[in-house]
Amino acid sequence: MSTTDRIESAPCQPAPGDRGPRRSRRPVIMKWVVFALMLVASLLVLLPFAWMIISSLKQDSRVFTVPVQWIPDPVQWDNYLRIWTRVPFLSYLGNSLILAVVITALQLLTGSMAAYGFSKIHFPGRNALFVAYISTIAVPWTTYMIPQYIMVRNLHLSNTLWSLILLQAFSAFGVFLMRQYYVSIPDDLCEAARLDGLSEHGIWWRIIMPLTKPALASLGMLTFVNTWNDYMGPFIYLTSNSNWTVQLGLRSLIGMYDSYYALIMCGSVISVLPILVVFIIGQRYFIEGIATQGMKG
Amino acid sequence: MKVRSSSSPRQVRRATAQGLSFILPNFVGFAVFTLVPLVIALALAFMSWDAGHDPTFVGLANFQRMVTDLNFRAALVNTLLFALGTVPLTLVVSLGLAALLNSKIPGLRFFRAAMFFPYITSLVAVAAVWNMLFSVNSGPINTFLRTLGMQDPPGWTASPQWALVSLIIVSVWRGMGYYMILFLAGLQSIPTQLYEAAQMDGAGRWKQFLHVTLPGLRPTTFFVMIMLTISSFKIFDLVQVMTEGGPGRSTLVLAYQVYQEGIVKGRFGYASAISMVLFAIVLIVTIVQFRMEEKHVDH
Repeated sequence: MSTTDRIESAPCQPAPGDRGPRRSRRPVIMKWVVFALMLVASLLVLLPFAWMIISSLKQDSRVFTVPVQWIPDPVQWDNYLRIWTRVPFLSYLGNSLILAVVITALQLLTGSMAAYGFSKIHFPGRNALFVAYISTIAVPWTTYMIPQYIMVRNLHLSNTLWSLILLQAFSAFGVFLMRQYYVSIPDDLCEAARLDGLSEHGIWWRIIMPLTKPALASLGMLTFVNTWNDYMGPFIYLTSNSNWTVQLGLRSLIGMYDSYYALIMCGSVISVLPILVVFIIGQRYFIEGIATQGMKG
Repeated sequence: MKVRSSSSPRQVRRATAQGLSFILPNFVGFAVFTLVPLVIALALAFMSWDAGHDPTFVGLANFQRMVTDLNFRAALVNTLLFALGTVPLTLVVSLGLAALLNSKIPGLRFFRAAMFFPYITSLVAVAAVWNMLFSVNSGPINTFLRTLGMQDPPGWTASPQWALVSLIIVSVWRGMGYYMILFLAGLQSIPTQLYEAAQMDGAGRWKQFLHVTLPGLRPTTFFVMIMLTISSFKIFDLVQVMTEGGPGRSTLVLAYQVYQEGIVKGRFGYASAISMVLFAIVLIVTIVQFRMEEKHVDH
């Protein structure tokens, strides 16, 4: 947690080079040079998004013009109405939402429980179990993709949302991330609660859970966004249109209407929008969650 | 609950039961859907199992088959090239961004968010927009290159020579913000006294970066290298949504071949063998990196 507090407070600290006995005007000039550099870099990085939004408001035939038309004329708001009738986008959004919410909830619940077991209760074999857990994080998903596929097929779960929920809700990554936070909570706190007669589950639910709200927010947002954006999972397992997610819907839109450029960009904007909202609400939790991954634990 | 050396067997059993009660809800799901498949994959690599047939043990036949498989050779080379392009580029760009953002400039939060945003946008949308940007005849990138006077701009995703380069560009663009955050966290952990001491010795900005920042960032750089290498080797979905391995075999990578052989063609055994090769490469590269790091720390 402290990691990001420090990132957040960075601007208040004097930057290296800005301090010292000599206070010349050079640091001030440097500051604005860096500012100008970053401004250009950010605009370049965001350019594809700008192009996405601009194109989504054009007529299909105006998307590729030479020179590039930066302001749509006429503005085709119509695209945003047309898309719902071309493909069942609402149903795709619904499926994505179900998956993202259920998987995130399960991940938070089971992940933080496991983190408590791995950090606050000492029992023989615990560390070996944890090593087995986290060593799988580095294993490429493709390594176990085929057996997973065979298992899901044999369980007759293919083409159900259940297949993805079961495959994605119990990731080792979530346990790892939560444990990183849990080890920073002093054991004395639990010890004191034990002396007060609270059970282990009581300590976890009533003391640790409220204390780790920022961690839950971080993991929750990362999981939500990952699930929402996931393409390969749904692509492999969800075959019928009524089960499709936004990403699959967008992909099929590209396949079906490949010269309807504006419509494709319109679908892209709609698929990115929820992520943008989540990101604006919780930017600091995203950053925090990622900064924690780099900490040694 | 601490188990001390004085704990009775009963206390140990109690602690174990309680510990497991917390761990099991996640562990059961994890074991069934990740650990077990991992073990099965290892066994499958030595079997021939095509959809509709029974699995039979074939020893190393799957691995022998790879030697003459042109798709596998292309995938192996492309995966290595992709990693070779993506890892150093992303490392340099994200470190540079972090170094620039680790100072007090106006708009810092916006810049950080802007750099990070591509990392959390969906690959399908990213692929859709980049495929249009890369469009050969009238895409904005080539239009721009022509105004710069380039007569014959690259064919990007449509050309066998440039398709992999296009994937590397998109991959760096998408990943740099993530690693930038890791570097920023690392930069914050370098004690400011070190910079002050360097200044006393008369070190300028560049010298400070070389002699204080880089050594101070060593643990972070190591971590970033490992993460970046692993993620480059398992590149898969970007290929699927941008080029589907083409044109020709020019962007066929190992993970994508696993998918094609296993799920599209139903050759479970062969696909698993390829996935084991991929896993082995990742493992070896990671171990080598750890060894090099240890050596460095020793000296």
